[in-house]
Amino acid sequence: MTGTVQRPEIERPNAFTQAHLGWTPWLEPLPEEELTEAHYAALVERSRAQSPYFRLLVRDPEILAARTRTDNDIFYNTHAGLPRAERELSATAASRTNGCLFCASVHARFAAHHSHRPDDVQRLLDEGIDGEQDPRWTAIIAASAALTATPGTFGPEHVAALREAGLDDLSIADVVHGAAFFNWANRLMLSLGEPTPPADGGR
Amino acid sequence: MTISSEPADVIDRLVGVRAGDPIDVLRAERPAAKANAQASYEALFAPAQPGDISPAERFAVAAWVAYLSQAPAVADFYRGHLTAVAPAIAAAVDAAVAGAVTSGPYGTYPAGPLSAEDVQGPHWQPDADLRAAVGDRLARALAHAHLLTYRPRDASPGALQDLVDAGWSTTGIVTLSQLIAFVHFQLRVVAGLTVLAGARR
Repeated sequence: MTGTVQRPEIERPNAFTQAHLGWTPWLEPLPEEELTEAHYAALVERSRAQSPYFRLLVRDPEILAARTRTDNDIFYNTHAGLPRAERELSATAASRTNGCLFCASVHARFAAHHSHRPDDVQRLLDEGIDGEQDPRWTAIIAASAALTATPGTFGPEHVAALREAGLDDLSIADVVHGAAFFNWANRLMLSLGEPTPPADGGR
Repeated sequence: MTISSEPADVIDRLVGVRAGDPIDVLRAERPAAKANAQASYEALFAPAQPGDISPAERFAVAAWVAYLSQAPAVADFYRGHLTAVAPAIAAAVDAAVAGAVTSGPYGTYPAGPLSAEDVQGPHWQPDADLRAAVGDRLARALAHAHLLTYRPRDASPGALQDLVDAGWSTTGIVTLSQLIAFVHFQLRVVAGLTVLAGARR
């Protein structure tokens, strides 16, 4: 029933992790049997009907459709620019800064998978944005955190550091978009529900 | 047909991009991101279906988020739209900004190893003057936008219950949340591309 806020009785995850956290909504998603073709069109990928997060967002299909297509091009358009691993790194750094344990877990796994550097990713989760990294990751993480701060602190010095680390301007624009997009995603994930413990007990 | 050279794309307009500029060339490399950032703006501010949130509420919350984020070009843009549809609300939002601006993100983690990173900060609430000027429903949305702007990790079922109690439907809360979060995306793209445009070699 609409207007009912859920208050799940769960053990709340309290640390950043690369484990597979779950996510449970605080508002009622649309029941799967009520989804129309217009809803499926807004979900873009049909499999997203399985996700309570996307079935909650699909209550406003117009913005969900546009948001999903924005997301896909920022992260999955691999024509030139920043490698996939480092787009996920920008997402993870923004999520670490805002404190979104769920988003950080998903995108830390993606960053680790594409970079083959799970220990460096874990150091970002454990020690935060000031943890030691190589110069290129340091520049990407610092830029993503500066874009995430309110008010923003991203300035010419961040562009200079990214160029010094070897990024061309399209790659720098990809860092900007990756971090900016997670300031959208983090706010939805943090405010419409909460992470649940990994089914396997985590790692 | 327009004869203005002002770009129709809102991000281009706010960055000051003209056709053929270096930033225009960069954005053309991610055409779906550019087109759908604009489509997202249109879905939230000129939706095909009116939805559970009025145009004045949409522009008031967007202007508020941009003011709180100290993003003047973006704030002026939304305030202009708000003034056109609801000048009294625009004046009330202006009057409330000074008492609400701070810096973030701050907030509290679930008790545990991250508690060392807890940072305290203001929990802003609308005063009686603002509630009288904009109504409880919009005042509660402004409080929610303040929460999501500065301390998103403090979000809670209780914050959603406050919206429900002020008359917000589940679908209205989804749209409101998307709108607040989208403006945070948009103003960061504008900020980042503006810096990049000024730092071209």
